[in-house]
Amino acid sequence: MTDGQGKTLSWGMKDGVLELVLHRPPCNEIGTAMLDDLERFAAALESVAGSASALIIHSLQPAGFSAGADLRELYAAAMSRTAEERVEGVHEFLERIHWVMNKIDASPLTTIAAVHGVVFGGGFELALACDLIIADKMARFCFPELRLGLIPGFGGIPRLRRDVGNAIVRDLLLTGRSMNASRALALGLVNQMSAEGQALQLARSTAAQIGKFDRGASAEAKRLLKPIPRDELRMEIEVFCELFARPAVMEGLRKFVESTDAQPYLP
Amino acid sequence: MKTLDETTDEILNLAAQHFKVPRAQLSPDDDFYKKFKIDSLQMLDLLTRLENHFGVELPDYEVQGVTEFRTLASRIQSRL
Repeated sequence: MTDGQGKTLSWGMKDGVLELVLHRPPCNEIGTAMLDDLERFAAALESVAGSASALIIHSLQPAGFSAGADLRELYAAAMSRTAEERVEGVHEFLERIHWVMNKIDASPLTTIAAVHGVVFGGGFELALACDLIIADKMARFCFPELRLGLIPGFGGIPRLRRDVGNAIVRDLLLTGRSMNASRALALGLVNQMSAEGQALQLARSTAAQIGKFDRGASAEAKRLLKPIPRDELRMEIEVFCELFARPAVMEGLRKFVESTDAQPYLP
Repeated sequence: MKTLDETTDEILNLAAQHFKVPRAQLSPDDDFYKKFKIDSLQMLDLLTRLENHFGVELPDYEVQGVTEFRTLASRIQSRL
């Protein structure tokens, strides 16, 4: 199946390039509906890998690539559960999203995240699972999880550590500040930066170039260059769940959900 | 080096252009949240445009609670 349609995303093949389009308003928040769709996509990815050379992931939402985990859904679900049930629920969600991220990360296709606007939390983590990030000059990257008393849970820290120096990881994580595309480009986190509204076009021309190479050789090169940090990813899930059990997290979620602040991602 | 007044003036010009309002309607003491009804996404957009224009990084927490153009200019000025 080379084409697919979910409630929150769709995918299709054109000229040997697979495109995954995120289209859940307002900004592709990753909740259970998107997770279901991502799982279906990740399962289909294996079967189409032989007929494609590259995968581009991008967003149709004007606000950005993705604002990350759906905290409103998370809070609403957590409200009706005991502390133990909450941790079990989040653990199951993390196992599922890690399975998706690992499938994308390990895909033999060369994968490109074409990002614009908000690239926060889980959205940033999805981009980091890709081989290349091509960013609109107005894109912003952020790991705001500490404001909730949490760490990124979709593989963010191990994958960021794989790509850039520890000082940059600390800066992003421990300050919770957002970073613009120019800075991300200078740090090597972003591979190419486009003019406003041109990230997808750049990604498509890059994918066309990628398509000229021998697929087997590209896949082998990727396998050598980009090992999946499985032990660290496993540890991340455990630490996240330990932190999630603390009452401060529910309070942080409540504050976020009820916030009318212009910068709700800040403490 | 730019003066604070010059930086403030540049921000007002940018705001007038971006929000499509006459420059004469904007003053340094205006509350830009109220003036333009800025939401969280627009705030990020504004932050990026200012950073790109002035070639500085402006951490989000430095502008948290800042509502007036002049104060915003002073935050940028300290990084020029």
